[in-house]
Amino acid sequence: MEDAIIEAIRLAVTKIPDDVVKSLQKAYEKENSPTARFNLENILNAIEIGEKEQIPVCQDTGTVTFFVEAGVRSPYLGVIKELITSALEKATREIPLRPNTVDVLTNKNIGNFPIIHWELVGGDKIKIAVLPKGGGSENCSALAMLTPAEGFEGVKQFVIERVKECGGKPCPPIILGIGIGGSSDLALKLAKKALLRPIGKRHQDEKIARFEEELLEEINSLKIGPMGMGGKTTALDVKVEVAPRHPASFPVGIVFQCWAHRKAFLEINKDGEVRIWQ
Amino acid sequence: MAVKLTTPLSEKEVLKLRAGDIVYLSGVIYTARDLAHRKIIEEGAPFDPRGAVIYHCGPVVRKRENFEIVSAGPTTSARMNKYLDKILSIGIKGIIGKGGMNPEPFRKHKAVYFAFTGGAGSLAAKSIRRVVDVHWLEELGIPEAVWVFEVKDFPLIVGIDAFGDSLYSNRH
Repeated sequence: MEDAIIEAIRLAVTKIPDDVVKSLQKAYEKENSPTARFNLENILNAIEIGEKEQIPVCQDTGTVTFFVEAGVRSPYLGVIKELITSALEKATREIPLRPNTVDVLTNKNIGNFPIIHWELVGGDKIKIAVLPKGGGSENCSALAMLTPAEGFEGVKQFVIERVKECGGKPCPPIILGIGIGGSSDLALKLAKKALLRPIGKRHQDEKIARFEEELLEEINSLKIGPMGMGGKTTALDVKVEVAPRHPASFPVGIVFQCWAHRKAFLEINKDGEVRIWQ
Repeated sequence: MAVKLTTPLSEKEVLKLRAGDIVYLSGVIYTARDLAHRKIIEEGAPFDPRGAVIYHCGPVVRKRENFEIVSAGPTTSARMNKYLDKILSIGIKGIIGKGGMNPEPFRKHKAVYFAFTGGAGSLAAKSIRRVVDVHWLEELGIPEAVWVFEVKDFPLIVGIDAFGDSLYSNRH
């Protein structure tokens, strides 16, 4: 089972998922500026090399984040945290990953530390989403506690301002995750989780789906372009998730993801059988 | 315009470059990130800075007989804006990174900012022929150490030239 988690991490860092690759290819076809094409050509070549040679596409193999949906009747519930931690340690040596964790006080590099988000669910399966996420895009994350009066129009302004401010730093074309509602912490968690939804797949609520499309269009009209050097594609997609809010609060969390949107999923059933996919 | 350049860079070569030019860079380059910048400024560079090119990069490294570079794309340069004026004042003529930087120090010190595509680490590693040396590895760890790379025809875009012209529209 530990090996399966290592394999999922390997799949995530060496192979960019098909939904992302397709949308990058589309972006390449649309661009005619030489710098935008230089960057998108490099991106598509890097993706090919990563997959062919089984090496990390991006050297920033990120903070490896795990979203775990843990079935309360799974016989592995008690060991899954230890399995994830030891798998990440081995993956760091074997794949290899960049040791990416630094002690806050001493600045010493201490390897790789997994960030795990837990959700207990019914049933006997454990589903894990692996999301290795680089520092450049993560540094652009933002939280705003808007007033209810500002509402969705305020969300739009906040998002556009943040995207402009960050320019080329998060490695555009980006994928943007936005969490609206809940509380300050939940808004950011929803924003990060939103990134797991495939490119092009809209929110099931029609109004939110329309809001995603509006934001995407407006972000791309900024012409920040691939790597911030100008061009038609600044974002590949925008994903919005919502949760009920306090009557006085309107929290908005934004999480940026770079074009190297690495993700993989695995599911462990009660017999220990494992399925891995992207 | 596409030109081939070899490190160390002379001021004359740097002044010929314009934002948007493609450069194929060969020779020796030095990686440096946040902590290495601070150490270089406080303690001096562990290499001759005159005409040198610094790469904002924290590579994935594999150690077999020697160090091998697995993946080595650029990191976000704007984090190093704080050190830029001092770093260029010791004679460094080129910086490779992504996302752009404050253009003014490049104009002031007649230096140039080269951009490579962020995230394309597997491709960048193809331009690295070998690891010549590494400084401060024990103290700073793999991503932050100063790695000395020999590169061959590393394809770069001039993002900011020595006249302060920049391809980046946003402020840094």
